[in-house]
Amino acid sequence: MAVTDPISEGRLQAPFGQTILRVIATFGSIAVTMLGLLFVTFVIGRIMPIDPVLAIVGERAPQATYDAVYFDLGLDKPVIVQFGYYIWDVLQGDFGDSLLNARPVSEDIARVFPATLELATLGILFGILIGTPLGVLSAVHQGSWIDQIVRFVALIGYSMPIFWLGLMGLLIFYGLLGWVGGPGRLDIFFEDIVPTRTGMILIDSAISGHWDVFRNAFSHIILPASLLGYYSLAYISRMTRSFMLEQLSSEYILTARVKGLSERQVIWGHAFKNIRVQLVTVMALSYANLLEGSVLTEIIFSWPGIGSYVTTALLSADMNAVLGGTVVIGLIFVCLNVLSDLLYRIFDPRSK
Amino acid sequence: MNTLSKLLSSGIISLTTALSPIASLAATPADTLVVANRIDDIITIDPAESFEFAGSDVSRNIYQKLVNFDPFNLDAGYQPEIAESWTVSSDGRSITFQIRDGLTFASGNPVTAEDVAFSLRRAVALEKTPSFILTQFGFSADNIKETITTDGNSVTITTDKRYATSFVLNCLTATIGGIVDMKTVMANEVNGDMGNEWLKTHSAGSGPYILSSWKPNESVVLTANPNYAGSAPAMARVVIRHVQESASQRLLLERGDIDVARNLNTEDIKGAREADGVIVEDELRGRLMYFALNQKHPDLAKPKVRQAMKYLVDYKGMESSFLDGQYVIHQNFLPRTFLGAVDANPFSLDIEKAKGLLAEAGVDSLELEVGVREAQERIEIAQSLQNTFAQAGIKLNITVGTAKQILGRYRARELDVYLGAWGPDYPDPNTNAATFAFNPDNSDAANATGILAWRNSWDTGGLTEKTAAAVVESDRNKRSEMYADIQAIFRDTSPFAIMFQRIEQTALRDNVENLLLGGATTAASYWTVTK
Repeated sequence: MAVTDPISEGRLQAPFGQTILRVIATFGSIAVTMLGLLFVTFVIGRIMPIDPVLAIVGERAPQATYDAVYFDLGLDKPVIVQFGYYIWDVLQGDFGDSLLNARPVSEDIARVFPATLELATLGILFGILIGTPLGVLSAVHQGSWIDQIVRFVALIGYSMPIFWLGLMGLLIFYGLLGWVGGPGRLDIFFEDIVPTRTGMILIDSAISGHWDVFRNAFSHIILPASLLGYYSLAYISRMTRSFMLEQLSSEYILTARVKGLSERQVIWGHAFKNIRVQLVTVMALSYANLLEGSVLTEIIFSWPGIGSYVTTALLSADMNAVLGGTVVIGLIFVCLNVLSDLLYRIFDPRSK
Repeated sequence: MNTLSKLLSSGIISLTTALSPIASLAATPADTLVVANRIDDIITIDPAESFEFAGSDVSRNIYQKLVNFDPFNLDAGYQPEIAESWTVSSDGRSITFQIRDGLTFASGNPVTAEDVAFSLRRAVALEKTPSFILTQFGFSADNIKETITTDGNSVTITTDKRYATSFVLNCLTATIGGIVDMKTVMANEVNGDMGNEWLKTHSAGSGPYILSSWKPNESVVLTANPNYAGSAPAMARVVIRHVQESASQRLLLERGDIDVARNLNTEDIKGAREADGVIVEDELRGRLMYFALNQKHPDLAKPKVRQAMKYLVDYKGMESSFLDGQYVIHQNFLPRTFLGAVDANPFSLDIEKAKGLLAEAGVDSLELEVGVREAQERIEIAQSLQNTFAQAGIKLNITVGTAKQILGRYRARELDVYLGAWGPDYPDPNTNAATFAFNPDNSDAANATGILAWRNSWDTGGLTEKTAAAVVESDRNKRSEMYADIQAIFRDTSPFAIMFQRIEQTALRDNVENLLLGGATTAASYWTVTK
């Protein structure tokens, strides 16, 4: 009797026309999602109790100055009209200027997003490379001391306030041991040495061959990235464990073992193979969460990323910046969703 | 981060540093000053537009002005800087400045009278937020060519009427008085913006430093201006890093990666005082904490009720507890160190006296709403007032909200009581007198929302005229006495209870000397620092 994976049946090739339709449907879905996201954010920005005019003119401005800025921002028009103007500008690639620093929002985002991308990518790598094996190990040794330790580690990652862990990490590894760099992306000795190409210092310094800058940047990023990675690790290991337990209790696994396959083949060749689709979703969600920006991590580590940028903008009533950030974060989620769908097709031929 | 979190983080740092030796200290370069500060309020470096605390610090180190404060002797008032001397016309409306020879901009261009006139005209013509500091003298985009003129190496400014010379000169020490290099700025003009866009992120001054870079919410880097006419600053480079979190600033300081931490909270200041190699310096700033009583409320309009309220504040209790080290008792609208400032603080917590005054006013009980913006120290002050007011039978309901919610109602004259802070716009007594004690039209139709007296519907009862007289008094000493007189009346009669003046506590490495933050009158000087 052959061992048959549940997902290895029904391989069908979609006709070309269907593929085109699917692509169109995907882009249509993305457009509607983005439009809805922008509309909700825009409306919230208009009804929330913060005043973009006061943010610009200051509390002591005379009424005439206040009114002039109010009209200049178009706040006298109905919200739907304001939204229409905004969408028209966005479609032309213009996210507007930040109300506070009067610089184009696109320039600001181009500056802060690479910092977050660099941090989140390192963090998710840490989370995936350690969290996945830990989850498998925990499931395979369910109920053992190994399982207990893994679950305990995950529990701590889930329940500890991030600012506390961040400060503790800084105190121990930076303040006491001096193993890592402190808050910020670089020591001042190394600032402005490497020409900006991608905005990601590790990559820019490697491209330009400034390995001393690379080492310094790495010493600064390793702690916040590990911290973010730990949170991803906690989530990924728990979910991996859960998915694996479900597979390991399936009949086809019992069949495989009866057939005499090695544990390695059973676990990695069959059970793990069948959780890849679910894991992709978990990993994509984790990565998207990290890319969204971890505000507290960015504040504690003085990391100039998109999380603190959008938060500062929100508290300052800088709605152009908030909307620009929302577009980027929304696009990340949508793109990772599309990527997940693509990986589904690779890992699960039935979805074709 | 909430208070518990702050206490927790500070506690952790204190405990851990007490138990374990700090790893081998890093050190900043000998010719570089590294400052951790919250600089997310900077929106531009253009002196015609910059109006924020962190921006003023940067600007003061880049731009010279006609007259300026000597950081080592702020009490001396304005001193010649780009202007070598000045004369005042007999009608008191025109001041002619003789421009000092030998000054150069960072570009190498000489500083001329044309540059001075251009800078002042530009600041008026651009009509940015701080332009009122100059336009209050009658300058406008339409008349600047006639009112700001040059003749050889001198510049004459002509105001719309006679003002105290000290008033005009004090205003010229504000950030907006910074003199820019006309040729460099106009070479970077776009669409008639007089270089405004370019100057947001570049510099064109003649001061000790030039702006190397400004990355919003990240850092500002200043480097020594090779063409500066004065002595070259000991710190060839100043790096101001945006570090939001107090605990992170403290760690960086104790580790030696920064020289100065400017935003430590009370708990971290206490911890920093005990750290090796770190000292803490206190400096009075201009911000005042006050509450105000809306005169549209029939009971609050009674003079004895207003008096009673001032005896229902636990000034000392707050100063020695949650405001410890951050604020000092001060009951006058001019901050200490300002021209005309007085130290009289006659009010203290006296429940019985307050009760007596309320009884004399025929008020048995009262229920009031106080509006407070969501800032921890203000909420704590409101809670303290709630407690002491209750002891005299006044129920105080605290409404906490955002600036839009609270300031909107304050500006609309809707709040019974407003509790908040006020800082001077420029280093002259008129800046506060003209808002606390000046209200020429108290009608709703006047809509003078920028004036605090109007916001509280207070007809100043003669102080408006006294304030108007003080602003044109040419004798500096007499002018100072006039403000002392106004404040004495104000303390007793006004619906404002000024309570505290801000103290800024700065922690720095013990090898940093002569870091002068400018007190209540001006901004930080980095060129004076040595290590």
